[in-house]
Amino acid sequence: MATETGPDRTEQIPVTDTPFELGGRTLRSRLILGTGGFKRLETLAEAIRATRAELVTIALRRIDPQARGSLTDVLDECGVELLPNTAGCFTARDAVVTAKLAREAFGTDWVKLEVIGDDRTLLPDAPELLLAAEELVDDGFTVLPYTNDDPILARRLEDIGCAAVMPLGSPIGSGMGIRNPYNISLIVERASVPVILDAGVGTASDAALAMELGCDGVLCASAIARAHDPVAMAHAIRAAVEAGRLARGAGRIPRRLHAEASTPDEGLADLTPPVR
Amino acid sequence: MIYVNGEPHERDGATIAELLADLGVEARARGVAVAVDGEVVPRAEWDDRRINEGERVEALSAMQGG
Repeated sequence: MATETGPDRTEQIPVTDTPFELGGRTLRSRLILGTGGFKRLETLAEAIRATRAELVTIALRRIDPQARGSLTDVLDECGVELLPNTAGCFTARDAVVTAKLAREAFGTDWVKLEVIGDDRTLLPDAPELLLAAEELVDDGFTVLPYTNDDPILARRLEDIGCAAVMPLGSPIGSGMGIRNPYNISLIVERASVPVILDAGVGTASDAALAMELGCDGVLCASAIARAHDPVAMAHAIRAAVEAGRLARGAGRIPRRLHAEASTPDEGLADLTPPVR
Repeated sequence: MIYVNGEPHERDGATIAELLADLGVEARARGVAVAVDGEVVPRAEWDDRRINEGERVEALSAMQGG
């Protein structure tokens, strides 16, 4: 346990990781922050600093003349790049128009593409998602699709030309973690674009598991924004993403059904009392 | 009658820049986008594009979202 007077071991971690290449950019942080759900812009700014995120999501909604404080000013001050989303779109057409509006608004052709099937689950609508992805890729967008944990759909999205695939761990905002780690592994195994776990993270261990499974990054909003202490959770999830990445590189031991002693049997003392 | 963000307005013939000013938004502001009848209107056209009877304007800005 480190104390305030003890040695600072954090700088001793041998980080020989390869850079995170996403859509032609090189990122140092493998954690992308969703800005939704923060009650105050000041908290959002603090959380951004704690996550060390370089990319944050943003949405477009009808102008609220009563809105106070400029979100884009705060994000600019934090020095982050914007990743507009198409949250709330149920059809390919709505998502495509929303992406084009975001390009006008923010001057970026990057888009977190969401096309959802219903309000109750917020699960992606696969056929509409594919249609929208194809049209946006053709139009020159860098498309990062929020998708089901379906390896075949992920492959189709990659084949279309998406810059990454972003499978869900569980439904948006559910905090249910990764319900099907096996599928995430299958997606990772085959993908030649980055795999970013999007949605479902409830706490730090979920983010660590995503990275241990081989994901290239994690996108996280609610788990941080709706935590009792969002800034503390931002630190925790940042550390978890780094820990999971290191563990993936280090290589976990195989799972065994029975114990295997870590202390050798050889040289074990004979402590049998003499027979009298 | 035209519609701005779902609300009726007697502003037939107003330009998009004028409608944005009604909403208290500077037309050059970053993070603002406009659609008319479901089609994107590029920034460069906001000063000249007039909104006619029955047209539906969506005036959008940056909002927090995951």
